[in-house]
Amino acid sequence: MNVTESFRIALRALAANKARSLLTMLGVIIGVAAVILLVGIGTGVQDEVTGSLEGLGSNLLFVVPGQFEGGMGGSGGPPGRRFTLDDAETIARRVEGASAVVPVFQAGATVKAGNRSMPVVVAAGNEQGTEVFTSDLAAGRHYRRGEVQAASRVVALGDRVARELFPNQDPLGKQVTLSGQRFTVVGYYKSLGGGLGGDQDSQVYIPVTTAQRLFNVNHINTIVVKAADAEQIETVRRDIIRALAPSFGDEFTVFSQEQTLGILSDLLGTLTYMLAGIAGISLLVGGIGIMNIMLVSVSERTREIGIRKAVGARTYDILSQFVIEAVALSVMGGVLGIALGWGGAEAIASFTPVPANVTPWAVATAFFFAFGVGVFFGVYPAWKASQLDPIEALRYE
Amino acid sequence: MGQASSDARVVLETRSVTKRYELEGGIRVDALRGADIAIREGEMVTIMGPSGSGKSTLMHIVGLLDRPTSGEVVLDGRDVSRLAPNELAALRNRHIGFVFQAFNLLSRTSALANVELPLVYAGVSGAERTRRARSALERVGLGNRTGHLPSQLSGGQQQRVAIARALVNDPSIVLADEPTGNLDSRSGIEVMAVLQELNSQGITVILVTHDDRVARHAKRIIRVFDGRIREDAPVADRIVAAHEMAALPPEDATG
Repeated sequence: MNVTESFRIALRALAANKARSLLTMLGVIIGVAAVILLVGIGTGVQDEVTGSLEGLGSNLLFVVPGQFEGGMGGSGGPPGRRFTLDDAETIARRVEGASAVVPVFQAGATVKAGNRSMPVVVAAGNEQGTEVFTSDLAAGRHYRRGEVQAASRVVALGDRVARELFPNQDPLGKQVTLSGQRFTVVGYYKSLGGGLGGDQDSQVYIPVTTAQRLFNVNHINTIVVKAADAEQIETVRRDIIRALAPSFGDEFTVFSQEQTLGILSDLLGTLTYMLAGIAGISLLVGGIGIMNIMLVSVSERTREIGIRKAVGARTYDILSQFVIEAVALSVMGGVLGIALGWGGAEAIASFTPVPANVTPWAVATAFFFAFGVGVFFGVYPAWKASQLDPIEALRYE
Repeated sequence: MGQASSDARVVLETRSVTKRYELEGGIRVDALRGADIAIREGEMVTIMGPSGSGKSTLMHIVGLLDRPTSGEVVLDGRDVSRLAPNELAALRNRHIGFVFQAFNLLSRTSALANVELPLVYAGVSGAERTRRARSALERVGLGNRTGHLPSQLSGGQQQRVAIARALVNDPSIVLADEPTGNLDSRSGIEVMAVLQELNSQGITVILVTHDDRVARHAKRIIRVFDGRIREDAPVADRIVAAHEMAALPPEDATG
């Protein structure tokens, strides 16, 4: 008996019990759809985060307080000392290859205009910020050097902030209130798109000096340094370390953009695998459903197996018939699950800010995993069927 | 043995066949204690005996569904008593056609597809398979019922589909186990008529029954009792089913 024949027999048997076949498949459908969907979201988030980091510009070094060993985590404990604007100036003065040095401070606040208000992230830097952060002005301008030095109360709004506070109006020149202080809007940005929680669009940008007064602090979070060109990155890194060592010892870390990307990507990759693992468990449960129903099917069809054996079916014929039946269930479930998961991922990507990216790799993995589940959970019931004694099987009521 | 046609070739022979079952608790049951039978080409033989006589065990061994504990089973001159289950399956496929009391057709499967089943395992496919199955159904008078499901056929018709399935692979022997056991008398007579007709065309038929009337449709009766062959004699007053049919009152059409 050839494989085509086995397929025909298996499909006929599945068609004879449509409701049962569908319900059995449902386990695999849900499992595979979950794998596709969750891995899609994981991959989408990963792409988005690394993409937006890449969008920061190139040849960047990030200087943060505290010691971080290699990958994730770090040696633990809060940093002993934070950076101040003086440290940024030290770098600017002493590191020759640096084309821009931006002290960065971030904090949460509420912005108000008239009776409208929204929570925002205040991102503060200096006039060189435009050199290290990708940004496209929709209208107006960035704050200037003079405004940084004078700690002027000027603000540039992210796209979403501008639209929420000033619907159908031009925000330029308008006043907004940030933590009780009045600011003048000097510019606003084009949308940078999605983003997790759309963060860049929900930020407001003010001079770092103004921010320190506003929040009554004298530290900054990070110093971002741009090397004049790619070949100089390592030199610049060494110079930064040399410049800060007298006052900080080794209590600070310089990350290159690549390292940061690598760390984030590792972290998000791990998260994606975890999601895949959780979804994989549901696929496994679907497989157990297949095994269960195949065992029921074998015992129900004992007499059929007896008849087939009496007229000449060999062990292999019965084994392959039932394995193919199980695999057909899991593969059809897999294909439907892929369709469902893919559709769900597309829907999520287009109707919510959560990004989702279904890769061919994920589809292929899910498909072959479903196939494997069918084989794995189908073999035992099929083997049981193939070992039936034809005399006993024919006598079975 | 073999009085009626002693010159014909022996198709299947058992030599000192025994079968012992080991039950739980170490109890042994000797179902066969040394059975010698020979089936010649073109014969119609009944194996007869009450339940517990070893009749069924002998039938399973003759039908190559089971292997004897000792002794030889010779099919076309070859001892097949020690073959593996898969080899026996292949031999059954080529040499034995089964007709069961309970018909044993696959449900939700057309008459034609049921008859094709042995050909599927013989590796015959496509148009050739359909042609042979159709011609087997025509031989049992069901050429116009090929697409019917078993549930759409009367008992007699279902049994005739089973006979067509037994014939389709041109077997050496058609083995019919209580073929009329589940049928009303009229359908039973019809089925016996089909079997006798096939036998007259040269097909070897073995009937297995406990019913004396059914047994006398054959030309020879082998009586089994207590695991041994008690008698092996030709039938003096053979019943011809075709005559019985003619004697039946004309009735509303049945299958």
